[in-house]
Amino acid sequence: MKKIVKKHPLAIRWFHWINFPILGVMIWSGLLIYWANDVYKVGFGDKTLVKFFPQSFYDAFHIPFRLAEGMAYHFVFMWFFFLNGILYVFYTILSGEWKYLLPNRQSWKEAWLVLLHDLHIRKTKPPQGKYNAAQRITYTAIIIMGIGSILTGLAIYKPVQLGWLTAIFGGYKMSRIIHFALTIGYALFFVIHIVQVIIAGWNNFRAMVTGFEVIKFQEDLMLQPEPLPVPIEPEIPGVPQVITTEEKIEDEEIHE
Amino acid sequence: MSNFISNLFRSNRNLTVDQLIVKKTLVSFFLLFLFFGGCVWAWKWLRRQPLDSDIRGGIQQPIRDVLNTNELIFNKIFSKNHLTKTYSVSQAMKRVRFNGNIGLGNDFDTSAWKLYVIRKNGDTLALKLDDIKKLPKVDITFNFKCIEGWNQITHWGGVRFSDFLKAYGLSEESQMKYVGLVTPDEHYYVGIDMPSILHPQTILCYELNNRPLPMKEGYPLRLIIPVKYGIKHLKRIGTLYFSNNRPPDYWAERGYDYYAGL
Repeated sequence: MKKIVKKHPLAIRWFHWINFPILGVMIWSGLLIYWANDVYKVGFGDKTLVKFFPQSFYDAFHIPFRLAEGMAYHFVFMWFFFLNGILYVFYTILSGEWKYLLPNRQSWKEAWLVLLHDLHIRKTKPPQGKYNAAQRITYTAIIIMGIGSILTGLAIYKPVQLGWLTAIFGGYKMSRIIHFALTIGYALFFVIHIVQVIIAGWNNFRAMVTGFEVIKFQEDLMLQPEPLPVPIEPEIPGVPQVITTEEKIEDEEIHE
Repeated sequence: MSNFISNLFRSNRNLTVDQLIVKKTLVSFFLLFLFFGGCVWAWKWLRRQPLDSDIRGGIQQPIRDVLNTNELIFNKIFSKNHLTKTYSVSQAMKRVRFNGNIGLGNDFDTSAWKLYVIRKNGDTLALKLDDIKKLPKVDITFNFKCIEGWNQITHWGGVRFSDFLKAYGLSEESQMKYVGLVTPDEHYYVGIDMPSILHPQTILCYELNNRPLPMKEGYPLRLIIPVKYGIKHLKRIGTLYFSNNRPPDYWAERGYDYYAGL
C-alpha cells in the first residue's frame, strides 16, 4: 500500500524555488563587481593554493569589464533577496515550521551520526524526521549566512552613513572579505546540497516540488502507521445496513 | 498513457492512490517549469529594455529607475552628522594610487588656470588658486574608496566646500539641488547632490600629503568628497555650476549609479 503524506508547506516550497534564480543573479552580478578588484586568494606565505578567480573562469562566464552592469543589477536584485528571505523567516516563525528547522539539544550529537552515516562509516541510520540533525544545522546556518550577506552588504554599500555597521564587521575591507566568503559558502552549500538531493532520491526531491512524500507500507505488518481504513458503505434510506460478522452469528444463534 | 491526461480532469476522489500521485506530481512540476519559464521570460524582457533616457545611456531604464529609488530610500539615513572615519596622518599612504587620467589633458596651461563659478543669474566668477587658499584650511585623512573595490587611507588638504560657498556669497546657489563640476578640457564631468557637497568633510582640495597636488592627482584643485566613491572626486576642476536638474555625469552615462553615495 502507498500513502500520500504532506511534508513541505506550499509557502516553503515557493520561498525555496524563488530564492534559486534570485541568488543566481546576485552571485553573477557579484562576480562582475568582484572582477574589478579581484585580490582574494587562499594560500600560505608566497604559495597560492586558490586564486579567486582564474582568467579562464572569467572568460567562460563573460565576467570582465562589466562592473557598472554588475553593481546596477546587484542593487536591484538585493531587494528580492532581502524580501524573500525576510518573508521566509517570518513564515517559519508564524507557522511553527521553525520547530523542524532549528537545531535542538540532540542535533549537535546526531549531526555527527548523520555525517558518519553519509560517509559510510556507520551503518545504522540516524533519526530522520522531516529534517535530520545535519539538515537542521545546515538550513539554519544558511539563514544566518543570508542575514550576514545582507548586513555586510549594507556595510559595504553605505560605509559612511552606516559606519557603525561597518565597524561591527571590522571595517570596510573586512566587511568585503566576509561578504565574499559567504558567497563562496553558498557555492559550496549548493554543491553539497545537489549531491545530497541526488543521494536522497526521487521521493525526497519530489516533496520539495509537490509538497508530499509517498510512504509505502505492508498491510499485514505491525509497522503500519495507523489501522487501515475500513471501507464505509454509504447510508441509503430503506436499504438494510451491512451487518458485521459477529452480529450475523448472534442472529443465527437466536434463530436456532 | 493517455490516462495521465484524462486523470488530470477527474476528481481526486475517483482516483487510486497511484493515479493521484501521478496527477499531483505532474501538476506541481508543470507549475515549477512555468515558474522557471516565467523567470527566463522576465529576464529576457529586462535585458531588451531601452537604455535610460534621463542620463543618456548606460543601463536598462527599469534598472535605472530602481537605482534612483534606492537613492531616495537611502537618503533617509543620510545626515551631515554622519562623518567618515578619520585616521592619523601617519597612517596615510605616501604613494597614492593613480587610477585615471580622463580630463587631465597634456596641453594644460597651469598659469592660465582659473576656477570659473557660474552663478545662478548667469554671472561667472573667475577665481585664482590664492583666492581659495586664503580661506580657512582643513585637512582630512580618510579611507578613500574606489568604485572598483579598492581603498586607501590618504591625506588631503583644502577648503571646506560649504565655507567656500559662504565666502563667495553663493548661499542662494546652495539652495539648488545639484552642483556640476567640469575639467578644463571638458572631458570629465560629474554631478553631485547638494546635501553631499555641503557635507562638512567635502573639500575643495589643493594639497596631498601637505604638498601641492601632483599633476596626475588634479593640480591645482580637485574635489574630495568622502561620502562618494572616487568617481565623483573630480580632478582638476575647471568650471563649477549649480542646477536643479541632474548635471551630466561621465560615469552615470556609462551605467554607474548617478548618486554613488557611501
